[in-house]
Amino acid sequence: MSIPKISIRDLNLYYRDTQALKNIDIDIASNSISALIGPSGCGKTTFLRTLNRMNDLIEGVRIDGTVELDGRNVYSPDVDVVSLRKSVGMVFQRPNPFPMSIYDNVAYGPRVHGIRKKGRLDEIVEASLRGAALWKEVRDRLFTPAMGLSGGQQQRICIARLLAVEPEVVLMDEPTSALDPVSTLKIEELIRELKHKYTIVIVTHSMQQAARVSDITAFFLDGEMVESGDTGMMFTKPVDKRTEDYITGRFG
Amino acid sequence: MATRQAFDRDLAEVQQDILRMGALVEQSVYESVRSLAAQDSVLAAQVIINDERVDEFFRDLEAKIIGLIATQQPMAKDLRVVVTGIKILMDLERMSDYAVDIAQATMCMVGEPCCGSDMAEILRMGRLAQRMLKEGLDSYVEGNVEKARAMCALDDQVDYIFDHLFRALTKSMEENPAFVPSGAHLLYVIRYLERIADHATNVGEAVIYQVTGERRELN
Repeated sequence: MSIPKISIRDLNLYYRDTQALKNIDIDIASNSISALIGPSGCGKTTFLRTLNRMNDLIEGVRIDGTVELDGRNVYSPDVDVVSLRKSVGMVFQRPNPFPMSIYDNVAYGPRVHGIRKKGRLDEIVEASLRGAALWKEVRDRLFTPAMGLSGGQQQRICIARLLAVEPEVVLMDEPTSALDPVSTLKIEELIRELKHKYTIVIVTHSMQQAARVSDITAFFLDGEMVESGDTGMMFTKPVDKRTEDYITGRFG
Repeated sequence: MATRQAFDRDLAEVQQDILRMGALVEQSVYESVRSLAAQDSVLAAQVIINDERVDEFFRDLEAKIIGLIATQQPMAKDLRVVVTGIKILMDLERMSDYAVDIAQATMCMVGEPCCGSDMAEILRMGRLAQRMLKEGLDSYVEGNVEKARAMCALDDQVDYIFDHLFRALTKSMEENPAFVPSGAHLLYVIRYLERIADHATNVGEAVIYQVTGERRELN
């Protein structure tokens, strides 16, 4: 790998007395899709949330180790968390559009960051909706409520909203778990498209999804990253017996 | 509670059936060469009938494996077991077809004069090809990579006998034109045996892949 986009070293996370992440080491390449898999409670979502410091909001959390984004530790005291979350955006399990129009949802971030000119906002909204593969479906009703869209479209609105602030890394926490199969496949197609411009890390409960969309798969168990590697290899010839047991469904 | 018990059962059943089919093919290869040596057209006919049962196994197992892929989405070792199953299935089916070809050659040759010393060597080649198939199937049952590798190494001997027999048969035909009708058939027969041995090495390669996940070309 050339210089990694994200480089994680000796990352440990504790919720009060419980250790939720144990000595995580991994490099994530630019313009790659990494899938994090593992049983519930294994730490994969917690790990995802360390990448843009979402765990800072939780009381009793202690983190040591480093998460470097382009060579800079995101846990350095001088890092501005707001601008970090602009560079490292997140899409959640359930689509959570704001109760406003499609246009205002997408323009929300740029407005917060001080863009006021309508022409510029129009450009950003269109580019972001195109980027989220939603423009053709909504261009005639940009000023209708986003809540009126289908679940899959709402999730793509959330992706457009995130693209509008020009992130470098997109984190996705089970982005299709609340969607039907067709919407799921559309989001997966979109994820593969997004890879050309962004670095993507996705948590998924669906191993088929990890196999379909990702370049790299990492398997988490009890807070440990058991194994990570090329997705094709992980699903045909995993090295660790625990990975083998999990992905063949012989678990517990 | 243990997971995937039904899938494990189905997979074990498929492997058992592949072995049953393998035993049938082994018998066909053996009998095809025996029918040739004994000029026994009844035995040759038995090989041809046997092939219908092999084809039945093939169709049935192919459907079962496709069903497992469609419904169970096997991964990792399971995926390798399923893929290996399909590969071995195809090789066995092909070997049975070659046994039929040999049986048909027998039927054409009954009553034709042929060179006894060449025939003894063809029998030796047939036994070797059959042994490779048997050891390939044993290595499959045992998941034994070493056995699979050792079996694949026998292919060099088969190739050597093939070259030697090719020259011997053409020489016999040159020296005694009465041997030409049978000799022409025997040239095909040694080709079929050489191909059967190649398919046996495919079985060995498939076993190595199933166990280790590594793909090796061994012939």
